[in-house]
Amino acid sequence: MRHLLRTPSGVIGLALVAVTLVIAAVGPAIWGQEAETVNAAAALQGSSAEHPLGTDHLGRDILARVLAGGQFTVALAFLATAIGAGLGTLLGVLPAVLPRRAGRLVTGAVNALVAFPALLLAMFTAVISGLGAKGAVLGIGIAFAPSIARLTQTLSASVASADYVAAARLLRVPRWRIATRHVLPNIGEPIILNLTAALGSSLVAMSGMSFLGLGVQPPSYDWGRLLFDGFSRIYVDPMVAIGPAIAIVAAGIGFNLLGEALARSVARAPVGGKQAVGKGAAMPSSGEEPVEGAVLSVKDLTVTFPDGVTPVRGLSLTIMPGEIVGLVGESGSGKSMTANAVGGLVAYPGVVTAGHMSLCGEELSTLSEAKRRKLLGTSMAMVFQDPMASLNPALKVGGQLAEVSLVHQGAKRPAAWARAIDRLRQVHIPDPEKRARQHPHEFSGGMRQRAVIAMGLMGTPRLLIADEPTTALDVTVQRQILKLLREVSAEAGAGALFISHDIAVVSELCDRVVVMYAGRVVEELPVADLVDGASHPYTKALLASLPDMETDRDKPLASIPGHQPSPADVGEGCAFASRCALATDRCVERPPLTRYDAAHAVACWHAETRKAEVAIG
Amino acid sequence: MIIEGMTVRFGTFTAVDDVTLEVPPGSIVGLVGESGSGKSTVAKAVCGLVPYTGRVEGLDPRRIQMVFQDPYASLNPRMTVGASVAEGLSVPKARRAAEIERLLSLVSLPTGLAGRYPRELSGGQRQRVAIARALGAEPSLLVADEITSALDVSVQGAVLNLIRSLRAELNLSMLFISHNLAVVRYVSDVVAVMRKGRLVEVGPAEEVVGSPKHDYTRELLEAVPRLGG
Ligand SMILES: Nc1ncnc2c1ncn2[C@@H]1O[C@H](COP(=O)(O)OP(=O)(O)OP(=O)(O)O)[C@@H](O)[C@H]1O
Ligand code: SF4
Ligand SMILES: [Mg+2]
Repeated sequence: MRHLLRTPSGVIGLALVAVTLVIAAVGPAIWGQEAETVNAAAALQGSSAEHPLGTDHLGRDILARVLAGGQFTVALAFLATAIGAGLGTLLGVLPAVLPRRAGRLVTGAVNALVAFPALLLAMFTAVISGLGAKGAVLGIGIAFAPSIARLTQTLSASVASADYVAAARLLRVPRWRIATRHVLPNIGEPIILNLTAALGSSLVAMSGMSFLGLGVQPPSYDWGRLLFDGFSRIYVDPMVAIGPAIAIVAAGIGFNLLGEALARSVARAPVGGKQAVGKGAAMPSSGEEPVEGAVLSVKDLTVTFPDGVTPVRGLSLTIMPGEIVGLVGESGSGKSMTANAVGGLVAYPGVVTAGHMSLCGEELSTLSEAKRRKLLGTSMAMVFQDPMASLNPALKVGGQLAEVSLVHQGAKRPAAWARAIDRLRQVHIPDPEKRARQHPHEFSGGMRQRAVIAMGLMGTPRLLIADEPTTALDVTVQRQILKLLREVSAEAGAGALFISHDIAVVSELCDRVVVMYAGRVVEELPVADLVDGASHPYTKALLASLPDMETDRDKPLASIPGHQPSPADVGEGCAFASRCALATDRCVERPPLTRYDAAHAVACWHAETRKAEVAIG
Repeated sequence: MIIEGMTVRFGTFTAVDDVTLEVPPGSIVGLVGESGSGKSTVAKAVCGLVPYTGRVEGLDPRRIQMVFQDPYASLNPRMTVGASVAEGLSVPKARRAAEIERLLSLVSLPTGLAGRYPRELSGGQRQRVAIARALGAEPSLLVADEITSALDVSVQGAVLNLIRSLRAELNLSMLFISHNLAVVRYVSDVVAVMRKGRLVEVGPAEEVVGSPKHDYTRELLEAVPRLGG
């Protein structure tokens, strides 16, 4: 809703639709009587104080008739749209359900009908099925069906190519079941958005039919009929025709604007429908001061969802300029949630709290929403596993990069475009001038990820957060991207948080490793010490379970028995206890993260560490 | 199962170019190669998801299951985990819940996840659901496309062990696609290296990894990330 209200067209659309619906709801009750009151003495009057829109040939007040006629008009539009939607969706899904050849026939028929002028089709149907409201509604419904069918077809074609539909087909799930369980539920939302705009068009079309005398017949009336009645007098008393015309145009435009704004707000919603949580962020209080000079300093970061789901539990993290910190941990340990919390991307109803959370020395929770957005937009860049989550498939890559400069730096268009090409070159995309003019789907996976990194470089990032940026890529491309990330953070003096479940990749790229388990940091150490300095049983098990080129192929791989507790039921004690070979009675109490030296910290009662001896002795 | 002279064209682009590869019953063939080399296309063609020329012979096409690369796209966002896993089951309704639980534990997922939706799961958890779903249909050939790239090492070990034991118990053969050579080497009997739609090297796993014959295989081996840099 907030997105909706951010654009003027969204506000206007919403206002117009609201007014239309209110009039439709209460119109007949309030003005119904007046609209029917015949007063022969006052027949065919022009605009006056008493009758702002004049009167008709029976002396009835036209304004009252417009207000009272709204209900019928809107109801007819709804009905016509419903017919169009029902018929269209049916036609649209049929090709997915029918055998291939019959499906193609339906598609062909729909395509031919889409090319046929809708109003002609409507008039044709209306004339055949008899003059009057019923015929017109049917006509318009049928006229709208082909375009809705085509929309449904396009959408279901994209859903039909999704992996989960392929999986269902392999599992021999029957076609109709694929349509009802997989396809329809996943295309419902865009279709409904589209129908909002369609409502506007069908209201205008319906009024058009009535205006042409093909629709509503007296004594019934809708706005189109009122326009028809007033039209013959337009040169004498313009208001009698302009009144209903304004009503029709305003309602039609309202629904169209609202539908477009809705569609845009859905498309614009940040990655995965996530939303920034502003109010949830706690004031800095108990936490110690942010670390001096750090690009990111977070203390006691906690993310909670309803029902006690707490994926991140009191996590602290510091990243210095030029430093690459690796965040490892198994799936569900809260790595992405941590990154999202820093980036202000935690989905509602998630709540983010922190002792402090400061980016480049600025406390994020005390900044106004606008300032925070700006700071995050210019000083932080995020790269996700799926580059398509950050790229709009419908827009050219260069344009999407330039957009960043236009929005955040207020740059002029040519300058922004030049910067985009420069950044594409910086991430080693060959022939950047040509590539900038291409769409994301013309890029390979590795190249898309480069483009996303380039997008992050459009500002002057001080912090780079990369969440599994190479997981979807193969080793050779992965190697290039890792090199690029290192280059970028060195050149810009930026700090980087690199999230991965692959500890080998982390050890190649990072300076320091932070190991997460069940929402908490269990160990933090320099990469150089990883192989023989790791002391938390989980870190050690993680290292042991990693197959390498020398692993004995005849023995089962080391793996950790059991599984990580889900974020709703992490108990009081050490979260790793149920899987830990070293667990003792003491572990029912949670071990604090204990710092042995500046770079090494461990949360375990029994961490047998050389560092511990050093610390004691 | 044997793939003979498989060619897949998308328009004028040849994604898979005359590939011949055998997957003997009960064995695991690993397929490695750079992105865009056509590995996933081979997988889809074997499953009949893309049209191809050439032949795939030696097994009942209805007993091929696939686990996909992208755990975000392979589960219907509007279906619960339990409903997704149940899609391939042919057990009576009464035993369905128990079977879903068995499959979820098989892939080390808490059985309580059955009522959840994919959006509530992390990437790795989703991938394990997809594996459970495929196993539910009791396939004789499992095509696994980068299934471990989204798994944690701590679970990856368990899944690789599981897959090997399934092969032993159910005579499950497998086409195992991964960019992780260490994983492919560990799990496969035969390794096939693919580049630009063609196979450049095929041989017993130890041989291909131990003494690679093709330059490209050597290049791949060098790019493998190693602990400690
Ligand atoms: N909207 C939500 N509602 C409830 N729980 C959620 C929600 N989003 C995520 N979670 C839970 O939070 C936990 C942490 O998720 P997160 O995505 O941070 O894990 P991760 O460490 O990044 O895992 P992976 O390696 O698989 O990406 C998971 O158990 C997940 O199920
Ligand atoms: S605190 Fe106890 S249970 Fe936890 S990791 Fe250490 S030894 Fe294991
Ligand atoms: Mg993640």
